[in-house]
Amino acid sequence: MRYVNRPMNKVDGMPLVKGKPLYTNDLAPKDCLIVLALRSPHAYARIKSIDTTSAKLVKGVECILTYKDVPHTKFTRAGQSFPEPSPYDTLILDEYVRYVGDEVALVAASNEKAARQALRLIKVEYEVLKPLLNFKEAIDNEVIVHNEDDYIPARFCKSDHKRNIEGYGSDSHGDVDAEFAASDIIVDETYEIKSQEQSMMETFRTYTYLDHNDRLVVVTSTQVPFHVRRQLARALEIPQSRIRVIKPRIGGGFGAKQSVISEYYPAIITLKTGKPAKMIYSRKETFTCSDTRHQMSIRVRIGAEKNGHIRAIEVNTLSNQGAYGEHGTTTIGLSGHKSISLYNQANAFRFNWTTVYTNTTPAGAFRGYGATQGIFAVESAVNELAKRLNMDSSILREMNMVRFGEIMPAYYGEPLTSCALDRCIVRGKEMIEWDRKFPRVWISDTKVRAVGMALGMQGSCISKVDVASAEIRLNDSGFYTLKIGATDMGTGCDTILTQIAAETLLAEMDKFIIAQVDTDISPYDTGSYASSTTYVTGMAVYNASNDLKNKIIYEGARMIDPEKYGDREAPFNPKKFFFTGDKVIEAATNKFVTIDEIAIHNSAGIEGNYLNGTGFYSGQTSPPPLMAGFAEIELDLETGKYDLIDYAAVVDCGTVVNPNLARVQTEGGIGQGIGLAMYEDVQYTSKGKMMTDSFMQYKIPARTDFKQIRVDFESSYEPSGPYGAKSIGEIVINTPAPAIADALRNAVGINMHELPMTPEKVLKAIMEKQAEEEHN
Amino acid sequence: MLIHVIINGEKKKLHCQPDDMLLYVLRDAGYKSVKCGCDTTNCGLCTVWLDDVPVLSCSVPAARCNNRSVTTLEGVQDEVDIIGRFLVEEGGEQCGFCSPGLIMNVIAMKKEFRANGNLHPTDDEIKHFLAGNLCRCTGYMSQMRAIRKYVETEVN
Amino acid sequence: MFTAKEYAIPANIDEAYKTLMARNTNYIVGGCAWLRMGNRRMTTAVDLSACGLDFINETEDAVEIGAMTSYRTVETSPILKKYFGGSVARCVEPIIGTQFRNTVTVGGSVFGRYGFSDFLTTLLALDTYVVLYKAGEIPLIQFMDMSYRSKDIIVKIVIKKNGAKESYQHFRNSQSDFPVVNLALSKTSDHCVVTVGARSAKAMIAQKTSEYLSQADWSDIDTVIKNAQQLIEEVPFTSNMRASADYRRHICKILLKRAIREVAEC
Repeated sequence: MRYVNRPMNKVDGMPLVKGKPLYTNDLAPKDCLIVLALRSPHAYARIKSIDTTSAKLVKGVECILTYKDVPHTKFTRAGQSFPEPSPYDTLILDEYVRYVGDEVALVAASNEKAARQALRLIKVEYEVLKPLLNFKEAIDNEVIVHNEDDYIPARFCKSDHKRNIEGYGSDSHGDVDAEFAASDIIVDETYEIKSQEQSMMETFRTYTYLDHNDRLVVVTSTQVPFHVRRQLARALEIPQSRIRVIKPRIGGGFGAKQSVISEYYPAIITLKTGKPAKMIYSRKETFTCSDTRHQMSIRVRIGAEKNGHIRAIEVNTLSNQGAYGEHGTTTIGLSGHKSISLYNQANAFRFNWTTVYTNTTPAGAFRGYGATQGIFAVESAVNELAKRLNMDSSILREMNMVRFGEIMPAYYGEPLTSCALDRCIVRGKEMIEWDRKFPRVWISDTKVRAVGMALGMQGSCISKVDVASAEIRLNDSGFYTLKIGATDMGTGCDTILTQIAAETLLAEMDKFIIAQVDTDISPYDTGSYASSTTYVTGMAVYNASNDLKNKIIYEGARMIDPEKYGDREAPFNPKKFFFTGDKVIEAATNKFVTIDEIAIHNSAGIEGNYLNGTGFYSGQTSPPPLMAGFAEIELDLETGKYDLIDYAAVVDCGTVVNPNLARVQTEGGIGQGIGLAMYEDVQYTSKGKMMTDSFMQYKIPARTDFKQIRVDFESSYEPSGPYGAKSIGEIVINTPAPAIADALRNAVGINMHELPMTPEKVLKAIMEKQAEEEHN
Repeated sequence: MLIHVIINGEKKKLHCQPDDMLLYVLRDAGYKSVKCGCDTTNCGLCTVWLDDVPVLSCSVPAARCNNRSVTTLEGVQDEVDIIGRFLVEEGGEQCGFCSPGLIMNVIAMKKEFRANGNLHPTDDEIKHFLAGNLCRCTGYMSQMRAIRKYVETEVN
Repeated sequence: MFTAKEYAIPANIDEAYKTLMARNTNYIVGGCAWLRMGNRRMTTAVDLSACGLDFINETEDAVEIGAMTSYRTVETSPILKKYFGGSVARCVEPIIGTQFRNTVTVGGSVFGRYGFSDFLTTLLALDTYVVLYKAGEIPLIQFMDMSYRSKDIIVKIVIKKNGAKESYQHFRNSQSDFPVVNLALSKTSDHCVVTVGARSAKAMIAQKTSEYLSQADWSDIDTVIKNAQQLIEEVPFTSNMRASADYRRHICKILLKRAIREVAEC
């Protein structure tokens, strides 16, 4: 292959590093009104009165809105396909505020200082309500987070919002109780995963204006432009046709920008005032007033035979949704479906899940999307099982893990159509020198080195939900315009998709223009999430490229021999021609016409034709990428502090479309996974205010925290994917937490139950272990 | 108030308020490479040089820069071509939002190492110098590969 | 967000002091690193960067650090690397990043008396003085308890060259974070000072531990460590989001052990 499986540079790479003005706030007009939100200081309150009189007098203030001024149609901020599974429980501004940071009022002023001054002058009288802060006490609590009558519950599952239950459900296969009864050993452990901040470097930001036709133009840093258009239309009660969403370059998303966050506020200001408006979230707002990873408490039971054969797995997940229901009922599903399925040799499984409301920052999409939490729990339990059976955990896995060709009952009954997981484990063990280092090597009396491992899986889309369309146009010379609705957020999908088009059309990469995503122009795409872009949009681009290729061949044929091929009604066999990318050649005669000739003839000639290839794809299955991650730590027994001295990861993402970008995805995802495992620690005060609301208090890993992350690929070939590709975006975050926990287990025999695994928690576990051993 | 600043070698007169920070004054003046990522001095996205020393422009009052020189990424484009190409070849730019601040610090770092006769800095020395440049996309490895190549490059 | 109506860059400290005193709401700004995280309403912000306070000098009996000297200058100073085992230069190394340390000033940092300060814990274990424009030279330990509202200007920090060898120890959850606890131990031939910071309150001298170490027989290092670890219980700790008081106490003892070993080795 010429372009697929090649480490092509990102097509937008140099402009990005040269600091060109390409991001939302770089492009916003200077005369935008600055929009700021007044935010609730209370975790739960009703607004008794709100007085904006003196705030409106501040020079420069143009508009102040309260809940009395906004539409009353409930919506969800979750960027999901219609009909969204998430409940409609949100208003642009509401009489009730349900977490610290919830929007109380909007101020728009000609400059930021005036807007800030006005914020201080708004007088609000609250009826402060008792908040519900502990998600384990949510069900049937006297405090009801959503007590309103116009609440529209979650779709596709059962729910009971008057009991604070956003949704619940279960899934099972086989005779679970009988399998547990027949097990020699049952591991039964509960794991706690805190919420986590996506922490993309570019915070939420949007600017809006009215165009010459009085349509609302929304330029925004989003992963889901088409969902933004639809949800804004609902929230603002205007037709979708009146909204245009443009996505410029994005400074990272990681799922955060799969929710519609900053878009509503400048949009309504622009509609009310007719003026351009801009809203830039501060880092504090981004942390406290958007969506975090779902905090989950996951109980795992694994029943196994003495020889290591796993008979049954049961997963019970309780998820903290926070104050609003974004992505709640879907995220939680992955905590079971994408963890249990790794151990497909089990005879039975059961998965129960409940997601509940509390008066804390809402949870939403974050890379891994529930699978991360589930895999930490299940992989930790499997490692614990290995320890209790006194087995090498890699051997235990090789006995029980999913294999090529199997039907996976816990994975929606889908078959595993590509799999190199066995090779991932073998290669990973080599890289980390597992057989030499497992379980531990003593460095001194107080220092020990140990290795640990975990497996991971994810999907390549949401099967039967995600769709993508793509168009490729041959321009009036031999170059192409590729139109997609998937959103490159730095990941490189513009490059990957161009590679797929270039491969299919046999053209150089620089013959492609990739059009900016604009809902007025770009074809529909559900957006860049659920690891779906390479797989779903990639297939749409592949289909569009083939469609265009056939059209080019046909038009080339007509030019080569108008008499023979001129009749458009006549049957045509493209196999009689070679298409080299540069030329269409009639095989029998070697007569040819160049791509440039075809381009100009069809674009501008009176005999021409509009050469536009279209393609569509909807994922009927979601072939899982698979991986194995290996951690090596050095633990200081005196303090509980440990250094991650090496992390080796081997990924099966099918065909690796771009090894460089796939490697960086993997390194970056592992980096975030290490943050989740070791440092990132969302904390609230007893009154429900988030304390970790900045990079000063919420520590994402710095360069100095990482020693080494090493990545390799073991390719399989996924028949349903473009050139055999599966996804890579999310799976890579899943293994560090359980692998590092396993290294701690192998170092000193502790079973870490709670993330992040701070030195203090590790020391506590070591001391408890020592006390237990002395007691025995 | 009016301040006189040499920005990227050009004399400029800029209007600012006494409590305006350099970051926003620069952006308003069109130097859009300078980004804000955190508000708390932790991320390094707003790094510019004040009299050739890398500083956080979010934390320097613009008024303090009166009669001093400021350099932004727009002013070192030739050097950015070199380090930028290494970054892109490694995929180390990813979303690109942290790149300008990082590159400003990397160029300053190389200059300082070279001035001190340190032609082959260790990874730990590089990481220590750049610890204040956060990146959430890359896990830093690809950036380190690119920076390693850049610091070893003789062209300057 | 702070606000200021005027911004003054006086040419000398005398003028700076006059401007400062002209109004109750005039304030000195130092490195300004965290200025905008506060909400101070100033009439005039008084900037000392033209007052010639960016220096590190060596006198016959002391090292002097000007108030507008950056942490980065401290970190790279050959003078500070030479004295006290290099602890003063080294202690600021882990703080956030180079650009931050280029921005932060010694005067602003000392004035702030932050609980998590690496710098103060290190200075406090040495024979350190704060030179104020009006009040003159006062011991750092005394300055630590002075009111934040007293209007004066820090001119420089003076560290007496008492021949001490100092060990600075710190414990962080992650590399670029504030310390969970930190500790410094300075030792001359007959005198030891142990300071503990990030407790989470500001740094203090562990008096009893210091007295013990000053008198102890260092030839039996294990006993010295054991006894000192008991005495260091005198230091009060509190819990915050980074660690519990108990964990801090535990780590403090480990840091003390490491400091004693380091100092004993030379």
